[in-house]
Amino acid sequence: MNEKPTSRTRETLQILLANRLAVVGLCVLALLVVVGVIGEAVAPYGINDIDIANRLTGPSGAHWFGTDELGRDVFTRVLVAARVSLQVGFIAVGFALAVGVPVGLVAGYYRGTIDAVLMRIMDVLFSFPAILLAIAILAVLGPGIGNAMIAIGLVYTPIFARITRGSVLVVSEEVYIRAARSLGARDGRIILRHILPNVLAPIIVQTTLSLAFAILSEAALSFLGLGVQPPNPAWGRMLAEGRNFFQQAPWMGIFPGVAILVTVVAFNFVGDGLRDALDPKQKSVIESRGQSV
Amino acid sequence: MRAFLIKRIFQMLLALIGVSIVVFALMHLVPGDPVRVALGTRFDQDLYDSLRADLGLDRPLAQQYVSWLGGALTGDLGVSFRNGQPVTQLILERLPATITLAMAALFIALLVALPAGIISAVRSGTGLDYAVSAASQIGISLPDFWAGVMYILLFSLTLGWFPSSGYTQIGDGIGEWIRHIILPAMTVGLISGSIITRFVRSAVLEALNQHYVITARAKGLSEWQVVRRHVLPNAWIPIVTVVGLQLGFLLGGVVVVEVIFAWPGLGRLALTAVKDRDFTVLQGSVLYIAFMFLVINLLVDVIYARLDPRVRVS
Repeated sequence: MNEKPTSRTRETLQILLANRLAVVGLCVLALLVVVGVIGEAVAPYGINDIDIANRLTGPSGAHWFGTDELGRDVFTRVLVAARVSLQVGFIAVGFALAVGVPVGLVAGYYRGTIDAVLMRIMDVLFSFPAILLAIAILAVLGPGIGNAMIAIGLVYTPIFARITRGSVLVVSEEVYIRAARSLGARDGRIILRHILPNVLAPIIVQTTLSLAFAILSEAALSFLGLGVQPPNPAWGRMLAEGRNFFQQAPWMGIFPGVAILVTVVAFNFVGDGLRDALDPKQKSVIESRGQSV
Repeated sequence: MRAFLIKRIFQMLLALIGVSIVVFALMHLVPGDPVRVALGTRFDQDLYDSLRADLGLDRPLAQQYVSWLGGALTGDLGVSFRNGQPVTQLILERLPATITLAMAALFIALLVALPAGIISAVRSGTGLDYAVSAASQIGISLPDFWAGVMYILLFSLTLGWFPSSGYTQIGDGIGEWIRHIILPAMTVGLISGSIITRFVRSAVLEALNQHYVITARAKGLSEWQVVRRHVLPNAWIPIVTVVGLQLGFLLGGVVVVEVIFAWPGLGRLALTAVKDRDFTVLQGSVLYIAFMFLVINLLVDVIYARLDPRVRVS
């Protein structure tokens, strides 16, 4: 019984690993995770080590990415901020998955009034430009990293609900689902045992792509002063702090920006690779960015 | 077509009611008394009493909603907590800046995306195609606020070609207007252009693989004649859709770029309202942007249905 899923997983992995861009993305992400976990321990300086005598000094052997207006090491802060970005990305997308997937499963399986009500609620959330909705939610909840995760999670929930529902509508018509029903299986069992495993592919692809845009969203909110609060480092926040010193110290903005770009490109490479391997018909990277903050 | 239109307008109105409930709820979900929170250290009992009376906060919630919605439908979105100005007036003052930026950004996006996407599809599999694909991948992943800051660093602070921020109206002189709008429009336009490029490429590629293209080639038409006469008319439908969706995004989703370039648009108005805890302005601007977003989505669907009858039937 386990042979089929294992061989399918192996096949997916083979297709994914044959895609050079996806492999590059995976390597970058692995490096980022390592940096996120051990970054603070291996960083050459403390994240808030102030050294006024060496403020706004350019990249050098002592400070690879230069120093900021308080003499703090930019390299150290970029390293440590990787953890914040990944954390926000994973938790926010986890929230969107935890809410959006059950909504999509229930709406697609039961259809009728439940479907209409749930999906209209999702449509309402989808009717706002993403950043505006996130800002409005943060206006109510107040700025901060935890609330930013909830705001980003809520913004991405309808995407997962729609994708899951669409797949459930197709899978529900399959013979094995009708067979399970006729054998008297309960709805909960059919949904969890038979439908969910068969709609996972597009959800996995969307998760990877959403992670990229959740990280972009967090950076944008931190840039606006609504995400991570000082003195904690975040790439978006560092960029905002560096704005006033760009003429004297462009490195304050260049390196955090490059870090965001590299991370997002890596997630997109992996997402595109996964899409080709699992679900070639989907084109959700573009949809996601269309709705991204 | 009429049945489709009625159904789609009904759906939009339903979504609009939902949006209005969410926007109305914003102020009521704020922990504590929203007027007291908004006034903060500027608390004044008379102002407090008059704002509470204006908002009818002592009435039942449903009554407050109906009254607020009725006001919104007649263009009365209340007054700013901050300066007492009518919210509708504040929004209308900002609207031209938002619309001109969106249009200029869309112009740049199309200027880049149409040729890049078509060439990439026609020369599929070549170095040029890979270069366009790589550039569009980077464009999609680019943080708009970082791109904006980098453009300021290069084109404004280093080369001195364009001002780093500010806004002038088109009536004040076309030259100055272009100089001010080019960097913010480029910042969002190139990102939107990257997204549209991918759609154009895949739509053109799909059309190129159709039988009628093989027939057209067999007739001896040149590659560009084939593209112009047979491919583009058929690739147009998905392109129109994505362009419409991008316009919706450009009208409401460029808050960060408006902040970077001190562009006095609706997004910046909403953000300032958050920082000032000016909830009536926040409600009004969010409602307005969401309304524009929904109307554009409706228009996109109508155009789509007009171009492709299968959509109307389904």
